[in-house]
Order: sequence, then C-alpha cells, then structure tokens
Amino acid sequence: MARSDAAEKLRGDARYVGDMVVPRMLHGKVLRSPYAHARIVSIDRSAADAMPGVVAILTGADLLDIDPYFGHAIKDRPIVAIDVVRFAGEPVAAVAATDEATAEAAARAIVVEYDELPIVGTIEEALAPGATLVHDQPLRPGAFHGLGTLAERDGNICYRYTIDRGDVDAVFAAADIVVEDDYVFPGVYQYAMETHSVVAQVDSDGITIWATCQHPFLVRAEIAALFDVPLGRVRVIVPYLGGGFGSKSYTKMEPITVALARKAGRPVRIVNRVDESMVTTRRHNMTARVRTAATSDGCLLARDVKAWFDTGAYADNGPRVTATGGDAAPGPYRWSAIRVDAACVYTNTAPSGSYRAFGASHLQWAGELQVDEVARRAGIDSIEIRRRNLLRPGELVRPGGKPLDADLVGDLEKVAEALGWSGEKDPDTGRGVSVGLLAAGAHPVSSAVVRMEADGGAVVLVGSTEVGQGQRTAFAQIAGEVLAMPAERITCQGTDTRFTPYDRSTGASRSTTLAGLAVQRAADAIRVDLLDIAATVWPGDPGAIELRDGAAWHGDESRTYPELIAKRFGLSGGQLIGEGGVHPEGTGSYAEGPVFWEVCIGAAEVHVDRETGQVIVHRTATVADVGRAINPQLVERQDEGATMQGIGNAMFEEMVYVDGQLLNDNLLEYRIPTIEDLPMHSSCVIVENEDGPGPFGAKGCGEGALAGIIGAIATAVADAGVPMTELPFTPERVWRRIQELKEEPS
Amino acid sequence: MRIALELNGAQTSMDIEPQEFLLDVLRDDLSLTGAKRSCDTQVCGSCTVLVDGAPVSACSYLAAETDERVVTTIEGFRDTPAFEPIAAAFTRQAALQCGFCTPGMVLTIHALLEDGELTDEASIRRGLAGNLCRCTGYRAILDAVSEVVAARMAR
Repeated sequence: MARSDAAEKLRGDARYVGDMVVPRMLHGKVLRSPYAHARIVSIDRSAADAMPGVVAILTGADLLDIDPYFGHAIKDRPIVAIDVVRFAGEPVAAVAATDEATAEAAARAIVVEYDELPIVGTIEEALAPGATLVHDQPLRPGAFHGLGTLAERDGNICYRYTIDRGDVDAVFAAADIVVEDDYVFPGVYQYAMETHSVVAQVDSDGITIWATCQHPFLVRAEIAALFDVPLGRVRVIVPYLGGGFGSKSYTKMEPITVALARKAGRPVRIVNRVDESMVTTRRHNMTARVRTAATSDGCLLARDVKAWFDTGAYADNGPRVTATGGDAAPGPYRWSAIRVDAACVYTNTAPSGSYRAFGASHLQWAGELQVDEVARRAGIDSIEIRRRNLLRPGELVRPGGKPLDADLVGDLEKVAEALGWSGEKDPDTGRGVSVGLLAAGAHPVSSAVVRMEADGGAVVLVGSTEVGQGQRTAFAQIAGEVLAMPAERITCQGTDTRFTPYDRSTGASRSTTLAGLAVQRAADAIRVDLLDIAATVWPGDPGAIELRDGAAWHGDESRTYPELIAKRFGLSGGQLIGEGGVHPEGTGSYAEGPVFWEVCIGAAEVHVDRETGQVIVHRTATVADVGRAINPQLVERQDEGATMQGIGNAMFEEMVYVDGQLLNDNLLEYRIPTIEDLPMHSSCVIVENEDGPGPFGAKGCGEGALAGIIGAIATAVADAGVPMTELPFTPERVWRRIQELKEEPS
Repeated sequence: MRIALELNGAQTSMDIEPQEFLLDVLRDDLSLTGAKRSCDTQVCGSCTVLVDGAPVSACSYLAAETDERVVTTIEGFRDTPAFEPIAAAFTRQAALQCGFCTPGMVLTIHALLEDGELTDEASIRRGLAGNLCRCTGYRAILDAVSEVVAARMAR
C-alpha cells in the first residue's frame, strides 16, 4: 500500500509546527549564552524592553513561583538559566514580539554580564581529580527514567550502568588471545531537517502547545508538573514532524515557549535555527576501553568494557543511552564472563540525548573490530567466527531480561550473501560485517481507539507520532487487516493529547510493535462488535458468520458495515468504538526488558585510497529482521535511511568542540550525506520469521541498520588493512593511521 | 519598496523591505508554507522555489530580486501537468518520509528535467546533491527520478 500521506507531502499541504499560526500569536527568540560555564552577574533588559513591538521578556527571575527544573531522567535543567550557565548556547532569556525580526533584535539588545568559571570541556577533564563540577546540587531523579533507583551523583558522573557476570579477570588471565584497545565516538547531530519548533498558548483553559515532539504524553506530564496544571488541562498537539531520529524525544523547547507565552499573555511561536537546534540536543560522544578474550581456535570467552558517555551540561536521556550502550557492549555472543562499566558524564557542552540506535551505534563497531581481530589471529573467516559464537534463539542475552528472539546466524548469512561476500577483490578493497543487538521497545505502554463511522470508514486514534516512518499508513493497514476492509478507508491523524489515548513514546522502534498492537486490539473490539450485530441478523448460527470485504457474510448473504451500524443505532448515524491497550504483562516487566531485541546488522564493501586516506563505501547490505513486514516498502525505507545515517556517522559527521565551543554549528561545516554519498549498490533483505511481540508477529525496525552499518564500515576498513579506533573515518584520520601502521613493526 | 512579479501564474504586486528574503515573504506574508526553512545557508534545498524556472534557495534569495520575474512555488507547480509524473513516481517508490524536503526536491527535479540535465544516474546524483533528505537514504529518490527520466526519454 502506498503511503497515505504521500499526496499531502508532495503537494506541500502537510503542515508542520513552523507552519502553524494561531490568533494573536507572537514570535519568540531566545538569547543564548556565549560562555560554556559562567555565573550570571546581571541582566539589563531595559533597551530591549523599550523596543516597539516587544511584548514580553523572560529571564530566570520570572520563574520564582514555580520549581523551574525539568528532565525526565534527572531534574537538572532550568527552563532558562538561573544564576549560572553550563554550556555555550544555553538559553538565558527569551523575547516575545510582534514579529521575528523584532524579537531577534530585542534579544540581541539584552545586556548580560557574566563572570566566567573554569570549564570541563571533555570527558577526561570532567573525570580528572578535583575537576570543576558542572552540577553541585544533589541529584533529583526525574519521573520517567525507568532505571530503578538512581544513585547519588559521583563528581561529574550522573549515572552508572554495570554488568558483572563470571570471573572476568581469571578468564582473561588464562586466554590464548586477548585483544584490547581504546575507541572514540564523536558527538553527532541528528539533523532532523525541521528544527525544534513550538507554539504555546496559556489561558484559563490551561496550556495548549503545538510541538515537534516524539513523546507528546511525556512532554504533557513535564509541562503539567512544571507549571502545576492538571494533566487534562495540558494539551499537546503534534502535526507532521520533519524528522526526529531521537532529537525530538522527551522535552526540549516546550517549557521555555510555555513560560514565555505565560509571561506575554498571548500565544508564542519559537522556531529554532539549525545552530540553536544543534545545541538543543545531540548524540553523546563516547570514549571506551574494550577488551576481548578468546581461545586460539576463535572461541569467544570474555569481554570487558569501560565506557564514558558525554551527556553535556544536562542529563537529558543520557542515563538511558548509557544503559543501552552497556547492554549493547558485549555483543550478541555466548560469553562465559562479561564485565561492563558504563558511566554518564556531565561536561560543559550541549546536552546529549537520543539518536537512532543509541548505545549500539556507540559500541558495536568497537566490539566487532575485536571479533575480527580474534578471527584473524585464530586464522578463521569473519563469517565463521560469528557463526560459531553468535547466540541462538532462546539464549539469554544478558542476565535477566528477554531471551534472544531472532535468528542471528540466519541474518548473518543473508547479509553476507546480499553484499557479495565471497567475490574477488583487490587489496585496497575491504569487506566487513557487523552484528549486534539493541534493547528495543522502551516501556510497553500504548493505547489506541478505533472508531468505525456510519459509512463504514474508520478512524484510528493513537498517541504516537508520525515522524516520517509511515506509522499512519501502517496503523491503517493493521486495522484494515483486522476489520477485513481496505486500509484506504481508514484515517489516522496526529496526536492531540486531549483526544488521542495515551502512548508512552515514539522511538526505540516501538510504534508498529506496541502502538500497532494496541491498534490491532482496538480494531478487534470493533470486529467483535460487528459480529455481535451480525448475529442478530442471522440468529442461531454465529460461528458461520465471517467478515470479508467490508461486510459480514453468512453463506451468500451479506450485510455491509454501514448496514450493520444502522441496525445497531436505528438511524444512519452512530459509531462503533473499540479500545485496545498494551501494558507490562506477566513477567516481562520493563526492568527485565526489553520488549524485543532489535537486530543491528550490516555489511559493507569499501575502497581505501592509501595515498589520500579517502574511503569510499561501494556497497552496503542490511537485514531488516522484522518478524512480519506490515508494509515491506516502508521497512526498506527505514533500513535505507538508517544506512545513509550510518554512512554519515562513520565517514564524516562530527561536532567539533574546542574549550566548550561548538565550532561547526551549521550545515556548511557540519556535513551530512547527500545523494552523491549513496553507495553504488545497497540492498535490504527483509526477514519475516513472525517472532516479534507486535501485531501478526511483527517487531520494530529502523534503528539497527545504523549501528550495523557503522560497524560494517569499520570492519571493512580494517579488512583493507587500516584498523581505525576513532570515528569518523575522515581522509586525514585514515591517512595518519596508514602512516602510523607503516612505522609500527608488524 | 514595491515589487511586481508573476507568482504561481498570477500577477502580484506587494510592498517589501529591501533586505527581506524571499522565503520570509512567501511563508510569513503570503502563507505559502510549502517551501521549508532548515539550514538557512543554501545547503539543504528544502526552501527551493523556481525563479524564471531556475531553482533558487529562497532562504538566501532577496525578495527584491523577484521584481518583474516569474516565481513558482510548490503551491503553483502542483496543479500543472508536469507535477503528476514526478508525484506518481515518488508515491510509487515511497520516495519520501517526513516530507519536509519533498516540495523543494520536486521543484529541483522539475527544473532539471526541463533543462534536459537529467539523463542518467550520474546526472541525477549530481543534480540533486543540493537537496538533502535525512530520512529516505536517497535510494528511493534515485529510483523515482530514474523512472521519470526513463518515461520522458521513451516519449
């Protein structure tokens, strides 16, 4: 089925938050700190106040009547800076004016006097003895971290995730092969093309916001808590989003926009520039020390990982990213001992949050490089070592939690075949594979309502967000399949928390799996209702009635859905309403998790130019292990998009920070992939083993390929003779490594 | 200052500030929101509109420069016959996801097709390098445009 939103988007009719205009709306602009760490001595707003068209100016002093700190994991972030700024780009004030140019000019006219403080600009600086503390108050847990009991802050470390199983030191001491190295993953910007944008309206009805958010119900909860308003009086409306990839998960620009609208007494719209969104959220940079122990014949024994995730000045989703990274660190192998110590570290840089396949993207490539190195020393092939050591379905991935629910060996063989693994190649060409697992699904709470209208069409109400993945199309297909009617007659629109039922979040590849399951159950309630009505048409033989082609059939006789609804309600009006939900059931709790293991698998063929250090990605292949593809075309698009983002992450994307200042905060200097970076050959294999927990055996996709492709490019470049331990693989970095290798005794 | 232009087939005159960019005039004054703002630096192509048939980045193009010229936005192009084959190929290939880049992409493709610049895969890669798409990974866009090119050549 074609995307239900194709025409709207092609014709330029699809409305995004930045296109929204509400009556009496003002335009907001944010004044941001130029310093990475400083005390605010004074704020002089008199010149800005005097400018014609300026309606309101918000500073920390306007927030004395509320607890102005938010954060779903750790409540550490003020709506605007209060007394101190902790990163360059932190909001210090905001202006609402009658037009955007006036708001911007007024924001520039505010004079802030700062007293600079020492900064910790890197993980190393933050961990050094006696390091300046980014936060000096006790840690306050947020309402939605889902990580059990949070420990107290330890210096600049705000969260720690550990796994300790087996006698790691003893296994390493006895192992034939030990591989160890340090790895660096850069800060990366998600670059959803639409920047963070919010329209907020505060009046006696409560708070209404139109927001670029992936998690409308979590934003609602944070806004309700911040401004002390009942949940039912906070209304979050989410139209189309111009991409998310995690950058719009949790709460971002909503609180400052609401606070400004509250001060102005009129609706306010804030649309970030790209440079502002780049300091609103990003992917964690990470350093890690990874060790792998194995026998001389390539049997993997133990893995030991220490990793530090730079969460910037505020935790955002850092704790969850750190935990997921910790889960991904061992890799999907049968270890006899594992030790993981992953720390989430504050620094004076922009806050880091979610980005597609977080955790797995950070660490899978490092572990996979070591698996290949073990294979090289053991004298076996990259495919063979994985075939021998990969977990089989039903085996435990980590202590506790869901056993493996995917056929990794089967996926590996498919991805290798799709790439053309065994073909001839020259010495400058490298091929690599990488396999990993990502704890997916987040918290399993979703609900949906399906309404069948009197004309036999239906409406799906669901609280997860259409970020571009095509969920509205997929939900219509799921409901259509249950209701035995064409998906084209089923409409699914955006979230409005006043009317759409609760959904926990949009991310972690969960929408088709969990919201989709809720839609399936809601549609099933209507199916049962339709059969009940039909049973009054043909009494005495309910088992002989079936739903087909938008009608109930009994032998050769049929009643269309509109006829059945008219029979129920007596007139041609009325509506059948079905509700469906998913919540943590049985023993599979969130703490034990995950909802499912997303397979992160990719293969790549690269060419390395030894003179220039330039790496070209010629071929890629991915496997979308989705259980059941509700819409195969949309599944392929997910993997293709993730592949390209993986190429960007691996080859050139990198936020360059020096002394707490982001140097490349624009698309000229921060390069993302263009169509010219598309490999000459790329393919996606869909695997449908119906082994997922979602509707019809489906499970999510769209993230795994990103981690898979980063890992595959890393192992492919190593296969061409250049093992790299720092991403991205820019020509300069690769060239330097080639020179180092020439000097090293082999 | 006052400018007079042909906008989406209609003669239009309006008062603008000399420093105003075309994207602001289109979006804020004329409510033509099909052109999107993203990078603001002529890199991403999501604000692409046509001036005298040539694609320009409206985010960085002075509105004053459109005086006496012909401006086409997606709101004008979508009701012309040339829109249909591009839209059909994009729909068939699902060559869009979030849709934010799509109107700009469609206008660039149309302009390049009219100029005969799209003939093979290499020319499509070269021609569309100024229109970023973060969602699709470009494979489907390449396939959709290849279809349109092939259909035109077969005519």
